[in-house]
Amino acid sequence: MEIVIDIKHLKKAFKRNEVLKDVNLQLAKGENLVILGKSGTGKSVLPKCIVRLIEADRGEIHVLGKDILKLEATELDEVRKKVGYLFQGGALYDSMTVKQNLVFQIRRTQLEKNKAELRDLVEEALANVGLKDAMQKMPAELSGGMKKRIGLARTLILKPSIILYDEPTTGLDPVTAGEISELILDVQQKYNTSSIIITHDMKCARMTSNSIRIMKNGKFEVVGSYDELRHSDDPEVRAYFS
Amino acid sequence: MKDLINTIQHLLEAFFQEVGDILLFTGDVVRQFFTAPFEWKELVRQAYYIGNKTLPLIGITGFIMGLVLTMQSRPVMESFGAESLLPGMIAVSIIREIGPVITALLCAGKISSGIGAELGAMKVTEQLDAMEVSGAKPLNYVVATRVLATTFLVPVLVIMADVVGLFGSYMAIAMNEDLSFMLFLSLAFDSLSFVDIIPATVKTFIFGFFIGLIGCYKGYTADRGTESVGRSANSAVVTASLVIFIIDLLAVQFTSLLGAS
Ligand SMILES: Nc1ncnc2c1ncn2[C@@H]1O[C@H](COP(=O)(O)OP(=O)(O)O)[C@@H](O)[C@H]1O
Ligand SMILES: [Mg+2]
Repeated sequence: MEIVIDIKHLKKAFKRNEVLKDVNLQLAKGENLVILGKSGTGKSVLPKCIVRLIEADRGEIHVLGKDILKLEATELDEVRKKVGYLFQGGALYDSMTVKQNLVFQIRRTQLEKNKAELRDLVEEALANVGLKDAMQKMPAELSGGMKKRIGLARTLILKPSIILYDEPTTGLDPVTAGEISELILDVQQKYNTSSIIITHDMKCARMTSNSIRIMKNGKFEVVGSYDELRHSDDPEVRAYFS
Repeated sequence: MKDLINTIQHLLEAFFQEVGDILLFTGDVVRQFFTAPFEWKELVRQAYYIGNKTLPLIGITGFIMGLVLTMQSRPVMESFGAESLLPGMIAVSIIREIGPVITALLCAGKISSGIGAELGAMKVTEQLDAMEVSGAKPLNYVVATRVLATTFLVPVLVIMADVVGLFGSYMAIAMNEDLSFMLFLSLAFDSLSFVDIIPATVKTFIFGFFIGLIGCYKGYTADRGTESVGRSANSAVVTASLVIFIIDLLAVQFTSLLGAS
């Protein structure tokens, strides 16, 4: 089994607020790993450490075999190209149209492509999330669910081998949330991506997860599959499933 | 008493921390000016946007400034029988001081706050993070372009305010006496020297630089949480205005040194 993300003894504190105390995690190729946990436990800090948007204090992070914390800026950019990141609100660039949002993502890596080829890439990515018509819209015109889909399209356009989803279904109605979960599953099967999915949405966890971690006190205290955890002896774990 | 000393100490610490942070940020931004690829398209877009947003306001303010200044100075000059010096006096005050400072303060209110809010929102909604992981450096794409845009646009806006201000001044004079616009201009420019114009122009570039920089700094360093967007906009105006006054003070000192030599 090939390991694409390997985290050992990761620590991160903000001033006196120790958020991650001893995080250990291995993500296998093709795996969907779901992270549960209460608000403010540092779930969002973890993926940010993985792509070095936040500098970890201590520990080791290997992504696709590269020691992330020791990389130079250019090497880091190479790794970041292979890691897609879906931010909580979609993080679409407000001042750009949907198309410009997607083109912005690839213009540095696909310099040799002409306009028509870029357009094809954008269309393919939008078709993947079922929003081909939104090409010329501004982010302000989109609903929350559409923003997340476009955010996902913007991530997929780089054909990443790893995707980090930060609360992909939070704030959406159950139907739209279900559609996004479906999409996450599609992406995994179509591109054989490995993903970390942070969520509170148990339906999303059930649909997408191959395994689950629960974050508590800056660590992963519970590990297992959806069915194992659902029948856990620990009432606190079972509470997530009720 | 001990509390007071403590508070003052904290305030001073916070102040110097802020000054240090702004200086570091300035260094980072200036380095981006020389880092390829440079985002020309975004620079032009920003310049257009800034000009568009401030032109009417600065036009109207400049005109009223010239008009009122002249109307108010007239009685004094008349009492000395020195009306003919009026155009020259007004021109010197507008071009040396009032034009640059009023324009810069208006820009602090409109541009710094706008940039502060925009970047603050981008920070809070993780757009800056998204840009960073996509390999486009936000410091390069978002910040450097805005700072350069204000650096070169504020001087243009100042020149416009000066011109409109002089025109306002002419209107005020023409209400009372028969003076041709040509004669007004020659009276005005006769009393201007290079010592007036050069430092006043250099100063406007520095104003422009800091108007963009402070806006970007406040937005870029916004806290998490939506309420920090408003806070960024607000403190951008306050800090930018303060910096403008400090630069102006230094410029006056510098000019008088030049004049003395
Ligand atoms: N950039 C940051 N600066 C300071 N504190 C932060 C930062 N990011 C997160 N935190 C703190 O870390 C803790 C965990 O945050 P987060 O990972 O966003 O929680 P969640 O598990 O809900 O995603 C919170 O206490 C938050 O205040
Ligand atoms: Mg979070």
